This record gives sequence, C-alpha cells and structure tokens, in this order.
Amino acid sequence: MKPIYFDNNATTACDPGVVEAMLPFFTEQFGNASSMHSFGNKVGQALKEARARVQELLGAEHDSEIVFTSCGTESNSAAIYSALKAQPERNAIITTVVEHPAILSVCDQLEKEGVTIHRLKVDKRGRLDLDAYKALLSPRIALVTSMWANNESGTIFPIEQMAGMAHEAGVMFHTDAVQAVGKVPIDLKNSTIGMLSLSGHKLHAPKGIGVLYLRRGLRFRPFLRGGHQERGRRAGTENSASIVGLGVACAQAKEHMAFENTEVKRLRDKLEVGILAQVPRAFATGDTANRLPNTASIAFEFVEGEAILLLLNKQGIAASSGSACTSGSLEPSHVMRAMGIPYTAAHGTIRFSLSRYNTEAEVDRVIAAVPPIIAQLRKISPYWGEKGPSEQPETDFAPQYA
Amino acid sequence: MWDYSEKVKEHFFSPRNSGVLDEANGVGDVGSISCGDALRLMLKVDPESERITDARFQTFGCGSAIASSSALTEIVKGKTLDEALKVTNQDIADYLDGLPPEKMHCSVMGREALHAAIANYRGEVWKDDHEEGALVCKCFAIDAVLIEETIRANNLSTVEQITNYTKAGGSCATCHEGIEEILTKVAGERCTAPVVEAKPALVNGKPKLTNYQRMRKIEEVIEEIRPQLQRDHGDIEIVEVEGRNIYVKLQGACHGCMMEQATLGGIQSKLVEALNEMVRVLPVSQHKPTGH
Repeated sequence: MKPIYFDNNATTACDPGVVEAMLPFFTEQFGNASSMHSFGNKVGQALKEARARVQELLGAEHDSEIVFTSCGTESNSAAIYSALKAQPERNAIITTVVEHPAILSVCDQLEKEGVTIHRLKVDKRGRLDLDAYKALLSPRIALVTSMWANNESGTIFPIEQMAGMAHEAGVMFHTDAVQAVGKVPIDLKNSTIGMLSLSGHKLHAPKGIGVLYLRRGLRFRPFLRGGHQERGRRAGTENSASIVGLGVACAQAKEHMAFENTEVKRLRDKLEVGILAQVPRAFATGDTANRLPNTASIAFEFVEGEAILLLLNKQGIAASSGSACTSGSLEPSHVMRAMGIPYTAAHGTIRFSLSRYNTEAEVDRVIAAVPPIIAQLRKISPYWGEKGPSEQPETDFAPQYA
Repeated sequence: MWDYSEKVKEHFFSPRNSGVLDEANGVGDVGSISCGDALRLMLKVDPESERITDARFQTFGCGSAIASSSALTEIVKGKTLDEALKVTNQDIADYLDGLPPEKMHCSVMGREALHAAIANYRGEVWKDDHEEGALVCKCFAIDAVLIEETIRANNLSTVEQITNYTKAGGSCATCHEGIEEILTKVAGERCTAPVVEAKPALVNGKPKLTNYQRMRKIEEVIEEIRPQLQRDHGDIEIVEVEGRNIYVKLQGACHGCMMEQATLGGIQSKLVEALNEMVRVLPVSQHKPTGH
C-alpha cells in the first residue's frame, strides 16, 4: 500500500515543478552569479527572478529586503545576534516559551552569556497574554522574537498586532514564520515587522535554503561576513539551484494559498473529527479556532506517542509526536507542557500535518487505522487495562518514581 | 527513527504476557510519568519453591519500554526469586539484541520493576536508588547525574578525567561542551564552602587588639578556614598584612576558580568579625605588594 505522509510540518516533498526548475542549475547553468561573463549573468538573472517571487509571496515592498540564507535556523540566529550587536545598549530579548529550538537554544545560550531573556507564557489553548507582553516592552529590549504559527499545535499568534505594539515602544521585532509562510496571508509592506524567517523545505522547496526578510532601513549586522553577496548582508556564494527552486515554490504557494485554507483545511477537519468521534479520552490541542489549516494535534490519554507512531508506521502512515521518547530527551514536548497538558496526555500527543498533496482517501485510511492502534496500546497500559480508563490515574497507578 | 533490533520490534509488535495477572502475589509499579515510562509487573510466585510460575505486565511507554517489559516476563518465568534478583538490565537488553543508548533506561526500569515486585511479595519496602538525569554521552549512554556524582566523588576537573572514570565523551566527542558545563557547575558549588552568612560587621565594646594579637588573630582565622579549602583541593597563604589590607595567595583548585571572589568575601567577613575592624582581603596572584 502506498505510504501516507502526514508529517508536513516536519518537512515537505519537493514539488516536481520545483525540481525541474532547479535541474539546469546543476548542469549548464553552473556559473557564479557574481562573475562578469555570460555564465554568471544568466544565473544572476534567475536569482533576481526568484527574489521577486519570494518578495511577492511575503508582500515585501522591496526585493532587496529578501536575504537568502541556508535555512530557517540561520535566519533566526542572524536576526537575534544582529539585534544585540546593532544595539549594544540593549541587553534583553522577549520571546515565548513555545518557540522552536532554533530560537529557544539561542536564547538559553545568550542567557548564560548575560542577556536577559523574557519568555512569554501561554494559556491552556496555547495563546499569549498580550497585556503581559506589553508590560515587558521597554527601551532595554533589543528584540522581540515570536513565532507566527506553532509547529506542534498549529496555533497562530497575532503577529501583526504584536509587531505594532513593539513598533510603538520602539523595539525591533522578528518573527519565525517558517510554519506560517504559504498557509497564512502575509503582507509585510503593510506591517511593522522588522525581520522574518522563512524555510524553503516547509513549502515544497528543497532543504538547505532559507530567507531572512530585512525591512529596509532596519539596523543590521551580518551573521556571516565575507563576499558582497546579498548586498553584504549574508556572505557566501549563492545556492543558486535552491534559490531558483524556492522562487518556484513561493509562486506555487501563492497560487495554492486559498486551496490550503479551504480544501486542505476541510481534510484536516475531517481527519480530526473522524478520529475524535471514535476514540474516547482524546482531544485536540492548541487554539483550534485559530490555527494553521493543515495541522491537527491530538492528545491520546494513557498511551505513549512513540508506540503509536511505530504502529502507524507499520501501516505506512507517517506522523509525529510530542512524546519524550521521540526526541531522545526525558521530557515530553515543551509546547504541550507549556499549555499545561498533563503528562499522561502530553506523552500521547500525535501531530498530523497535511499538505496539498494529501487526498481524501488517505484521510479515510488514517481515520480507520488510528482507533484500533490506540485501543491496542491502552489494553496493555496500566492506566487503562481491560476495564477502561482509570478515573484517578494519579492514585490508581502510582509507580515509584525512577 | 530509532535503530531498533528486529527482536525489539518483534516484542513490541507482539508483546508476550501483557495484561493483568489476577492471581499475582507480587506486584511492582515503577516508572515516571514525566519521562513517559511506567510499568506494572505482576508475578505469581509459588510459596513452596519461591519459583516464579507466571509473570505479566502492563506498560505505558514507547516501543522499547514495551519490548523490555515483554522480555523481562519471558526471562523471569521459571526462575526462583534469588535467581531472578540476579537479572541485570544488561540481561534484558541482551535478550533483545541490544537497545539504543537513549533507551537503556527502559531496561533499567524493567530491573527495578522486578526488584519492586519481589520486595512486594516478600512484604519488604523497595527503595529506588537510581536517579536519572538528562542523557549527555549518547555513545555510552551516560547521563548528567552520573557525571555529576563522579566529579564530586573523585574531585575531577577535566573532560579527560571524566572520560577515564565514566567513558562519557570518549567516542564521538560531541558532548564535550555539555560535560564542560557540568564541570563548571560542580566547581562553582565546591568553592562556595567558606562563604559565611552576613553578620554585623563590627561589634562595639571589644578592647582594641595589640599589633601582635592582631597578627595572631589573622593567622588563627586563616588556619581555621584552610581545611575547608584543602578539602576542595585548594589552599590559602598569608603573604603580607599592610594596615587594613590583608594580602593572601589562593592556590590549587581555588586559584582562578569562578568562585574566588566569593571565597575571599567569606574569608574577609570572618576576619572582620574576629578583628572587630574593617579589613580587606586581597589576592596577590597578579600584583604582589611591594615591600615596606
């Protein structure tokens, strides 16, 4: 049976049109865009076109605001370090507890080096408290960095509003939008967002290409120095094939944005409703009224996520989990914990993330596959057993902690 | 994707002896819900022979936790309690043709459940002696707690020493930054020993000391502190006393330690109290005071 890929928030398949557009840049179009001869010139033209397509998707005012990087992580690091270096008199950052490790780990490290980090908490639906945010904005803050949409729950933050509040307080604003680009309409020219990170492989472009949007006039200090590429803001020979691929992917994303928010959303809703209707003691996590159209994050109580994934994988179904075991750490997902989801459910969280390539038949197959898997695992769970769910899981089964 | 052996997969997909054992007379509940693993092991022990005649399990956990539980029940069935107590977590891992390092704790949980179940049968109280920290060295499955304890027990100060004692960091070397962080943390704890609580700096009404008494007093205070520093592989020596400035030389582990300032601060407050006057304790590591 054909495998089903429901893990598009992890990465997406390269669109065939993207691959086709890239191929000449591995062969006849191998030139260096910086060269004076015709080999380089044609590549330079292709990069210009790709830049315009990214600009278009993001609604940026100028194409020079688009800086190509190697990935979303690089864009995030470049934004954070630049904000601190360009404003040495400011030594604090505001971020959220539910960021991707590409932001959280950098902040943890900076904290050790003496930077003050304010981490905004979320409520049980994964939403921010904007009053708490407003209270933190001050002339000491070098940067606010907040994700546009959460990779695990799909919850969307009010980024334009937050950027506006930062702007009023005179504070630089960055958003990690790797999950939002292509799914959420973005119009940077009519916002006060200063910097934005994008990752190619989340929208059917290849891995290894990212973008840092840099608003014109925003103070910036390069993360990588060297040649004059990207107008001196990101040195290193351009990854021309991938940039061309990203350009095509952005054009496609713009074209399919409506489809993502109607058809993909319909399939996601069908999947979620279908599973929840059959499986007791399971619930959708995050702000279900305001989230990415492709993401369903379902917590199954009293079973563990990795075990679910292994059984799904056996049936050719790919998803992901917020369980501790899938990460190799001893803690379940920081996003689930931040929302106050109990351990008994946080370990059993499964994320299904769809794309425009998924079909109704696939959704039906997954709806049929999940309930027996959960039942099978619950049967051997000490919190469930033969008799059904434990009413007081904390007392009915209270193991000695190891 | 974890690199699970065929045996692990097989025991996960078709676990042996899962479910409730109604006639169980020894039950062990272990695990940690925060870590996402919990196991109930149920044993039926024949009181005559003390032999395990049946074993079943219920497990909340990942693939390897379920496979380890399944393997455990297969291993212990038919064994006497004394034989069963000799089963190690490595035996469980070996039975499954090995476990990934991140998953070795699943086999540890299996052994703990076994000990807990046997203690339960015997009417004893089982106590967990194993604390688990974040995995630092993935090559040899060494966690932060073990590294910390080894540093403290053996007064280690380099990554190389830690590798020699625990194997951590001895293969791919990518965890050296993490090990260095643990070293810094433990070193910070060590040098805090002489810091005393803030007390009133001056007690009025005490008679003024003679010069000789004053010198003796300074010496006494330093001698009192030395054993604490020596325990942390450091030492202190008085170099010169010039008016209110007392110049000392910190040696060994204390010298250059990030807690040096705190250590000196602690010594200073002791001296202030003993001498009943304001003095300053200054290190001479870089700038030795010139003679009179």
